[in-house]
Amino acid sequence: MLSIRGLHAGVEGKEILRGIDLEVRAGEVHAVMGPNGSGKSTLAQVLAGHPAFAVTQGEVTYEGRNLLEMPPEERAREGLFLAFQYPVEIPGVANAQFLKAAVNEIRAHRGLEELDAMEFLDLLKEKFALVEMDPSFMSRAVNEGFSGGEKKRNEILQMALLEPRLAILDETDSGLDIDALRIVAGGINRLRRPDNAIILVTHYQRMLDYITPDRVHVLSGGRIVKSGGKALALTLEAKGYDWLEEKVEVSAEESAKVSAKVSAKVSAKVSAKVSE
Amino acid sequence: MTAGTTKETFVSAFRALEAGGNLGGPPWLRDLRWKAIARFAERGLPTPRDEEWKYTSIAPIAAVQFDLEAAGGAEGADDGLTEEAIAPFCVSPAWSRLVLVDGRYSAKLSAIRPLSRARIESLAEALIIDAEMLRPHLIRSAPAEATDAFAALNAAFWRDGALIHLPAGARVAEPIHLLFIATAAGPARIDHPRSLVVLERESRATLIESYITLAGDAPRLTNATTDIVVGPGAELDRYTLQLEDESAFHVGRVHVRQARESRVESCAVTFGGRLVRNEVRARLEAETAACTLNGLFVIGGRQHVDTHTVVDHVAPGATSRQLYKGILDGRARGVFSGRVIVRPGANGTDAHQTNKNLLLSDEVEVDSKPQLEIFADDVKCSHGAADGQLAADAVFYLKSRGLDEEAARTLLTFGFANEVLARIRVEPLRARLETLLTARLRGGRVANGEPREPAGLGLRHPESP
Repeated sequence: MLSIRGLHAGVEGKEILRGIDLEVRAGEVHAVMGPNGSGKSTLAQVLAGHPAFAVTQGEVTYEGRNLLEMPPEERAREGLFLAFQYPVEIPGVANAQFLKAAVNEIRAHRGLEELDAMEFLDLLKEKFALVEMDPSFMSRAVNEGFSGGEKKRNEILQMALLEPRLAILDETDSGLDIDALRIVAGGINRLRRPDNAIILVTHYQRMLDYITPDRVHVLSGGRIVKSGGKALALTLEAKGYDWLEEKVEVSAEESAKVSAKVSAKVSAKVSAKVSE
Repeated sequence: MTAGTTKETFVSAFRALEAGGNLGGPPWLRDLRWKAIARFAERGLPTPRDEEWKYTSIAPIAAVQFDLEAAGGAEGADDGLTEEAIAPFCVSPAWSRLVLVDGRYSAKLSAIRPLSRARIESLAEALIIDAEMLRPHLIRSAPAEATDAFAALNAAFWRDGALIHLPAGARVAEPIHLLFIATAAGPARIDHPRSLVVLERESRATLIESYITLAGDAPRLTNATTDIVVGPGAELDRYTLQLEDESAFHVGRVHVRQARESRVESCAVTFGGRLVRNEVRARLEAETAACTLNGLFVIGGRQHVDTHTVVDHVAPGATSRQLYKGILDGRARGVFSGRVIVRPGANGTDAHQTNKNLLLSDEVEVDSKPQLEIFADDVKCSHGAADGQLAADAVFYLKSRGLDEEAARTLLTFGFANEVLARIRVEPLRARLETLLTARLRGGRVANGEPREPAGLGLRHPESP
């Protein structure tokens, strides 16, 4: 479904991704982990087509097409979905109005008729129940004044409405308390199908307690430094990212300083958590 | 070049009309008219050298050779109009409406529902039967008219308008709709509608004023004055819709006086007009009065919209809130001058003002001038102003959900405007304005200068020639 080869990308002349290779097939769940600054969110944004990032090398094929040539809205219409780490607030636009516009754009692209107001409301109620969101969030302005957890639920709600083929969830677990995490993860699990795929971008493995990945990748210094099964996530939880980053220092000297700084912070956090 | 309208033409036209008995009214009113024209003659038309008119040149108005002797509207101006023609602008047929065509009351098109003791009628007719009731109010507004040339012209030339009077305790739930319709047939004309709204103690009303062009291409100036007196504990919700066509000139002013524990909430929505200047002066004369002034303009082409607000905190403990937003495209120009005065002794005043403008083109210009003048202690006063473009992150967010560039920009622009419309308490009016706004925003731009719009959605009626 998605094939990334030798992807280099950056922002304002600063290279962040330094050669990513990743294969995702239908029905799979991939976890992309790594410390802050490793390029996880950049990878997610580049795949969704954020104009601030420039791809300098490599290729990305999605469903047999060159993804990098598609504008962001076409990627979305073709079934690619990014759940934002920081969902954007849109004052003055009711959540339901926004969701209806998105659903109808994507339905139109799939050759389906627009939903009328009643049909859309029924669909909306069903999906609100899935992510256990209060219906009052239909009429509130998009993400405006939502708590962190409410914003994340609103992202999963959109995923449920838009039924993507490939969903990229960018740190959807961050900022969630344990109840919200359970609800969000439950929603995601119910959206798993044999014909779609999910990339979970996450810092911690706790989301993987709820969603079992088929593959786990560790991103560091803009490259995937290790891939494995679910066990890898548990190893990371126990040992932090340090033991992997030493390898990076050998293979990519120029990135060592940055990642070493970052990893010091991260490992401190992780070890603090482990010792709790 | 002899074309154009000068101070002298106004003064000589006034003399001719007055001498011919065309302006009417009892002796005290004629006296007010003469005093007003004298003040106008002293001041002359405003120029950019006047601080209050620094960013708005009235040269396009002065360049027109108006037929001033026709001022005030001719008998039978509504002959060619039917209820069907104005229906798209009435919003709800259930509301009481008072219709003025070319500045003159139209009994044929008006529909006054029996309302609990509320009085809704032509000001000219009220003058004939009940001049003494109007006298103190009209005399009282005279000082405000001394400060502005157009206000003085209205005071001198006005012939008709609306009188809304609610006696103590009268609470009217249904909105009262004033429609000021310009048909603009014949020569270039000026109308000077004058309205008086009096809410006695503990009364309550909702008032909508719509300014509309129905036909014709002749240059038009509407020079409107509305005086509003809100008694103790009375409440007024007031909406102004500027839907004139894009060749119309409009200079309007509203003077509000608020008594103890009164509440006024006002929202002015401007889509139409070539050159529009609106002044709102609110005087909070007694404790715990609350005044909210909101406004939205959505303009393109060469439209120019100038909003002047003055909120005058005379008494302590009053509250004022202002939210003015503008969307500008093409070569449009916007002006916002918001003045908040806190008089000595008006302690505990709570005043807040926000002005935000969305600039959709590189060729637009906005001048925003907030002024706080505080002469009291223990006050909470703030203002904020921001001009900018649509946020790139928000555009990307919408694109990532399948909306293309145009759809994304349109939705974000709608949202920017809708923050103001969402505050409108009259649901059918809010829905109508939302529809008008949607029709006005196409492809992320302000649709402008297009001769035809869908029925009931546009600035011009589809059947107009």
